[in-house]
Amino acid sequence: MYNQTEIIKDTTNLGPEGELIINMGPQHPATHGVLHLVVTLNGETIKKIEPHLGYIHRSIEKMCESLTYRQFIYVTSRMDYLSSHINNLGCALLIEKGMQIEVPERAKYIRVILSELTRIASHELWLGAMAMDLGAFTPFFYTFREREMITEIMEETCGARLTMNYIVPGGLMYDIHPDFQKKVKAFIKQFKEKVTEFEDLVTNNIIFQSRTKGIGILTAEDAISFGCTGPVARASGVSCDIRKLYPYDVYDKVEFDEVIETAGDSFARYIVRVKEMNQSIRIIEQLIDCIPEGDFVGKTKNVLKLPKGEFYTRVETARGELGVFVVSEGGANPYRIKFRSPGFSNLSALNHMAAGSKIGDLMATMGTLDLVIPDIDR
Amino acid sequence: MFSLEGITTAVQDWLFIKFNPTLALAMECIIVILLAITLFAGLGLVLVLMERKVAARIQIRLGPNRVGPGGMFQTVADTLKLIMKEGLTPDSADKFLFNLAPFIVMMVAMLLLAPIAFAKNFQIWDINIGVLYISAISSLSVIGILMAGWASNNKYSLLGAMRSGAQIVSYELSAGLAVLTIVVLTGSLQLSEIIAAQQNGWWIFKGHIPAVIAFVIFIIAVTAETNRAPFDLAEAESELTAGFHTEYSGMKFALFFLAEYINIFIVCAIGATLFLGGWMPLHIGSWEAFNHIMDYIPSSVWFMGKTFFLIFVIMWFRWTFPRLRIDQLLNLEWKYLLPISLLNLLLVAVIAILGWHF
Amino acid sequence: MFLKEYISDVYNGVTSLLKGMRKTGYYFLHPKEIITEQYPDNRATLVLAERFKGEVVMPHDANNEHACTGCTACEIACPNGTIKVVTKFDITPEGKKKKAIDALVYHLELCTMCNLCVVACPSDAIKMAPTFEHSVFDRSKLTKILNKPASKIREGIE
Repeated sequence: MYNQTEIIKDTTNLGPEGELIINMGPQHPATHGVLHLVVTLNGETIKKIEPHLGYIHRSIEKMCESLTYRQFIYVTSRMDYLSSHINNLGCALLIEKGMQIEVPERAKYIRVILSELTRIASHELWLGAMAMDLGAFTPFFYTFREREMITEIMEETCGARLTMNYIVPGGLMYDIHPDFQKKVKAFIKQFKEKVTEFEDLVTNNIIFQSRTKGIGILTAEDAISFGCTGPVARASGVSCDIRKLYPYDVYDKVEFDEVIETAGDSFARYIVRVKEMNQSIRIIEQLIDCIPEGDFVGKTKNVLKLPKGEFYTRVETARGELGVFVVSEGGANPYRIKFRSPGFSNLSALNHMAAGSKIGDLMATMGTLDLVIPDIDR
Repeated sequence: MFSLEGITTAVQDWLFIKFNPTLALAMECIIVILLAITLFAGLGLVLVLMERKVAARIQIRLGPNRVGPGGMFQTVADTLKLIMKEGLTPDSADKFLFNLAPFIVMMVAMLLLAPIAFAKNFQIWDINIGVLYISAISSLSVIGILMAGWASNNKYSLLGAMRSGAQIVSYELSAGLAVLTIVVLTGSLQLSEIIAAQQNGWWIFKGHIPAVIAFVIFIIAVTAETNRAPFDLAEAESELTAGFHTEYSGMKFALFFLAEYINIFIVCAIGATLFLGGWMPLHIGSWEAFNHIMDYIPSSVWFMGKTFFLIFVIMWFRWTFPRLRIDQLLNLEWKYLLPISLLNLLLVAVIAILGWHF
Repeated sequence: MFLKEYISDVYNGVTSLLKGMRKTGYYFLHPKEIITEQYPDNRATLVLAERFKGEVVMPHDANNEHACTGCTACEIACPNGTIKVVTKFDITPEGKKKKAIDALVYHLELCTMCNLCVVACPSDAIKMAPTFEHSVFDRSKLTKILNKPASKIREGIE
């Protein structure tokens, strides 16, 4: 309706006169956690954003060094708590790769199904939270209704709703619940019925579109140079889906599309995530009926010891590429461990994306970055 | 038949028989003030509860349901809590203006109550420039908000107040123009005459499409004027935490909160009076039997029913739409609502002159 | 042309808003869709998943016997030092010394419900219980001794 958005390209020649520095966070309704943004304003226009980190730093990397290879996996659930299952999977894949552990087919199938369910749950929460950032409170409750079904499936099979710790090196901690397939199918049915609601309430809404279209533009070159991954980079036209490029588990056996938009604005990032939810449903539909029979965990030694050397794996979490890097001295504990978290790189692009636009646009841009602060600080 | 008119005339007659006229007038004033304050308190409690219940139903929740049957006394409990809280004043705030601002906002809301007809012949002050009075007084509320934002000495408050200033001043225009269409149709600024002109049908039915357009514009403009979502930029929870009342606590915050709801009630009452016939029952042409049944419903019920319907619509907006950005908000006013309402006024003038309405 | 665009802008905007209002209006008029669970009131009917990881418990049978041999596998497996096994030596009827547990101290306040101790236990002596109402006023009450007083190890478990 009125997309004549004026974004000031060069903010340097806005003089220091009338400058207003406000601290957004660490306690602010829109930062979803303890992110601290020092925003320099000129009236309503943003001149500069400086993120201050470290409010929820728990030194997870250092903690992992004192734990054994079996133990450290559970800590990673606390990084990006919305895709904790995928974090666990990344660590397990690294150990399996390093020790050449054979993973049974059944475990691989279940891992992928649960990863995709986690991705949908994460995107559902993001959708609600982002709509809330823009001032629409109601979609939050509708998205949580579907998310609740996923958390119930998780609760029944993994025994926990958020920090599952269901994956062990070599497979799964225990077999799926007998009702698992039935419940997942019920969820898919409900999801397909209700997904049109968000189209009416959010996607096609004229206010939402005018708040997000042309806002927070990130070009493909910038996305690559800032190291953005996941939906943020894919909305700018960068193909970076680890599930397609370096398939792990059974992602090479399923058919799905890597969702790529080229506009690079907030609306494109929104569309990428919504379409990704549908692709996740597609993956689950292909796998849910053909989970092979067999063991759910492969044979492993009692004490796991990675051979001496450096190991790296990556997985696609709901936010982007999670890299796990381990230096092993051959002992039972990792010598050094480093996580490459997607949120950190995505946040670094925020100043570039939001400078020159209005305060209201900052909320739209930050909302579509889908930041999880414990993932950034670790 | 129950009517408020009978009660008021009985009280007035009794007072004038018992006391001399000056004293009787003074006592009437006191009664009116007491009634107005009671109405304010009662409306505040009811509207806050209504908002929470409507929001809950829309958001597939139950809403407040612990204090009293169905959560009826939840707002009473909240008020008690707010009264008992300490009213903090920030150290660097302008103390006088900071404490004055909530009262100014409240006073403006109270003044607006005067010309509203709550039922047949039940009106505090039937001034002959009622509509003008309403548009003049309602534009004063921005002073209180600006004062609160400036005196708080908080950057968020200042941003919120400045947004609010720009917003209220611009939306006043289209609200005024929408009201003018009815004035043109009626030919009077007096609210009782506007209501009387709707005896054979409400203006929204009689005034053809221009009246409907004016009604829609009026609803949008007053939503913006009362700082309600999707135009709640002055508060903008996710952007400015709480906007102009960030620094307020306790009863001073409650006054802002109360004034917001009273303002909604008043603008909806005005909307109901101008477009939906005020306390006039629904009459359809020559259906004598139907009209007769409608007459049996007391006029106060008609008025309250229409007002609360409009309040519900405004609440419905709030829980459905995302918030606009400040420049889009002003674009909407200056590029869409204002030209449309000017054109609409022209149409209505043509209709009024040619006498095309019923 | 400008006017046509302007009018279609207004029309599309208004219809998109009305669609959203229809959706919320549907939920307002259909209270059946309400999903609130009134938690403390529905405690009697609350069904928790059997696998729900709420706290570590040690099941005892009717003879007050458990299956814990005191092998400390759970203590080693625990990443947080949540479990502490205190062992003692029982004298068997044959006069031999036999290792048994004196107390299996469990710090619920440190536990992250990762389930590694249960997986590590060779004799299935401990398991996760689906309880979740753990709040107490004193933190020391969260330190629990899992084996019941005067309980013994079940016959035939080595």
